[in-house]
Amino acid sequence: MQSIVEFKNIFKSYPGVIANDDVSFNIKEQSIHAILGENGAGKSTLVKILYGHVKPDSGEILIDSDLAIINSPSTAKNLGINMVFQHFSLFESLTVAENLILGMNENISLTKLKDNSKTICDKYGFNLNLNSPISSLSVGQRQSVEIVRSLLNNPKILIMDEPTSVLTPDEITKLFKIIKKLVKDGLTVIFISHKLEEIINLSDYVTIMRNGKVVSTISTQNEDPETLGYKMLGYKVSKAKQVSDINFSKDIFNIKNLSTQSKDPFTINLNKIDLNLKKGQIFGIAGVAGNGQKELMEILLNENDYEFSGDIIFKDLNINNLSTFQRKSLSISYVTEERLGHSAVPEMSLSENIFLSMNHKSEFKKGDFINFEKINSYASDVIKNFNVDTPSYNVKAGKLSGGNLQKFIIGREIMSNPELLILSQPTWGIDAGSEAFIKKTIVELSQKGVSIIIISHDLDELLEVCHQISVLYEGSLSNPLNVKDINITKLGKYMGGLLD
Amino acid sequence: MVFLIKVQLREDYSNLIFYLSPLVAVALTLFFGSFIFLILDLSPIESFKIFFMSPISNSYGISELFVKATPLAIIALGLSYCFKNNIYNIGAEGQLTMGAIFGGGIGLLFNDSTSVFLLPLMILFGAIGGAFWATIPAILKTKFNTNEILTSLMLTYVALFILDYFVVGPWKDPAGYGLPKSMPFPDAGRLPVLFDGLRVHIGVYFAIIICFITYIVYNKTLFGFKLKVSGLSSKASQYAGFKYKNLIFYTFIISGACAGLAGLFEVSGPIGLLYRDISPNYGFTAIIVAFLGRLNPFGIILSSLLIALTYLGAEDAQLFLKIPSAVGFVFQGLVLFFLLGTDFLNKYRVFIK
Repeated sequence: MQSIVEFKNIFKSYPGVIANDDVSFNIKEQSIHAILGENGAGKSTLVKILYGHVKPDSGEILIDSDLAIINSPSTAKNLGINMVFQHFSLFESLTVAENLILGMNENISLTKLKDNSKTICDKYGFNLNLNSPISSLSVGQRQSVEIVRSLLNNPKILIMDEPTSVLTPDEITKLFKIIKKLVKDGLTVIFISHKLEEIINLSDYVTIMRNGKVVSTISTQNEDPETLGYKMLGYKVSKAKQVSDINFSKDIFNIKNLSTQSKDPFTINLNKIDLNLKKGQIFGIAGVAGNGQKELMEILLNENDYEFSGDIIFKDLNINNLSTFQRKSLSISYVTEERLGHSAVPEMSLSENIFLSMNHKSEFKKGDFINFEKINSYASDVIKNFNVDTPSYNVKAGKLSGGNLQKFIIGREIMSNPELLILSQPTWGIDAGSEAFIKKTIVELSQKGVSIIIISHDLDELLEVCHQISVLYEGSLSNPLNVKDINITKLGKYMGGLLD
Repeated sequence: MVFLIKVQLREDYSNLIFYLSPLVAVALTLFFGSFIFLILDLSPIESFKIFFMSPISNSYGISELFVKATPLAIIALGLSYCFKNNIYNIGAEGQLTMGAIFGGGIGLLFNDSTSVFLLPLMILFGAIGGAFWATIPAILKTKFNTNEILTSLMLTYVALFILDYFVVGPWKDPAGYGLPKSMPFPDAGRLPVLFDGLRVHIGVYFAIIICFITYIVYNKTLFGFKLKVSGLSSKASQYAGFKYKNLIFYTFIISGACAGLAGLFEVSGPIGLLYRDISPNYGFTAIIVAFLGRLNPFGIILSSLLIALTYLGAEDAQLFLKIPSAVGFVFQGLVLFFLLGTDFLNKYRVFIK
């Protein structure tokens, strides 16, 4: 087999970071080539260079052995290179067909486009109604629209950036079938991921990147997740092991019959949610993004007086009408999905970010004045106890890497001795070392009797740390499943909407 | 070939440059300002001497500098509370006017008083008047989500007409030959001057005290912290449990009270009575002062002196160079323009693709 893409000495730097450092490797025609690496390893930059989205500082790309100058996505498309981004760019209020025609370079009539799309859908098994509006589609279906849109351009090469991160297990299996069929018909697929098992299941070759450099390009045939993981990180990561045979008895937190009736078409209405959390228990809320996680978190935080019916009870106290401030004073702690600009302010120092979340504590105040001494020493303790890599607590939060900042934020909440900790996407977008540390910390915390709720799209993470998992699907919460004797097929069915 | 101007957020934008950019803006203003003089066939160096040096070459001039800088500093210090909180109160001119009406009204009501309590009462009512006028946009914003820029600006004109009504109507001086002005305030209602024969008054002390209080509030108190957080990120402010609506009220009331105070100082200080044109746009110019001072209380004191100089320079330029005094506003406009420009270029990288 011949090389279809050759990267030669690609170099790209941003202020303070080298994203691609002398990257060279080849991609064989009609293969599935994975690019593996942690967040920030340089995978996305590299494919954006191939797609003409980012200009390299130096280096060459050869397509079919010819030097290619790709300075915009439209040049890339003319060369037969298409890309499906991690974040979709679809117009919510337009129909599938209208969105498809907007992506076309050439003039084509709507009828002809519908015919072409229909052919592609039938051939590869995309289940799409061309006349439905995007807003009525699930995340998986939206991805299908993006893929079909790319295929309409008759590409030779298709780049997919973390395509499985938004899908249920069932949808992932389906997607892999489609990709394999496409490759059989002549396409070359470049597949970006940080999930090891996926890469071994799907791809023929894998290029491993670390800190902007290529570690190696190998065939996936003789690899298993452990060896591949070691190559990706350069060190071994131990898994957090949840001890799940404790008898929980004491009720800490209850949600009873929680429903919302919002008229806003872009929010998900919650439907009779019941949840029971015991002392020392870790409870996971799984599900694909956009199934009501955001709305549930808003109600738990109560930042905006979100309207709902039902009851939220913390230690026999109904907290329905309590403000964020009052809930925090009751020792409920929160870590939100967004780090920068929500649970931390990037422009403020780490010390100030301590006070951001701890301003309800009287020990940090002297009347209306702030006790910076106490705050600074608290910040030092968080930095020390939670392995935050920073020279001082005066450093601005925005200067920290994602993983470091998340350790700092979670450390900040834990050190305030909460009885209930609510985390949303606690390890999203952070490095594997910090991820492992945070998981371990969460498990240890539960063993000390703290109750924890984790809302996450990452099933592996939930299976690793939780005692019980429920699935959120279109605003409804499934019955809890015990992780100890969990049935993955059942969980997958729940995530696809088949609740019992 | 299509040329596209691209604007990209700098990840490493400099704090040092943020504080230096007012100096850059002033330098650019002088440079481009010199072209204005050249076009008018005047020597830039001579003109600048008249504009910026001659006004403060004697004690009278320095006193006048402080007379002008005092209201600018007091109003700008008050406005900085709003601006830090990302609330754009641009109606300080109206709040100033309402402060003059309230406080001045007390002076006219007790026009035969000799009590030492008259002046403090006028000062109090001046602040109340300004604060009252500022609560209106605050209520509109929190209850009906109206844009405070529009409401505060429009209320400025309402306040000016109310003043107009009083000085041509009920408060017109019967012995004033029909001119639209009130009778003078009693001596007990006049602001003491610092030096005999000069107009600089005790308002200077107020400006300095407000400056120090503001510094402490911004750096040491919970309230200052709340302002900083909600100015940087409203979501983080909600996460922290701060009530944004309360902050809107507090910052409007503080800035209104400061503007009202400045208005009262103008009428009970240099002017001595109420009439139509009590302020040469101090309330609007103070917006420039606040941003030029980087919303930092000490920076605001410095920038208030600089902008006050443009007022004096414009008067001297009119006198000696025979050019319109509006050139002072041109310089104020240039400073603001270059300040916004340098801030933008510090925060973003601009290039042609």
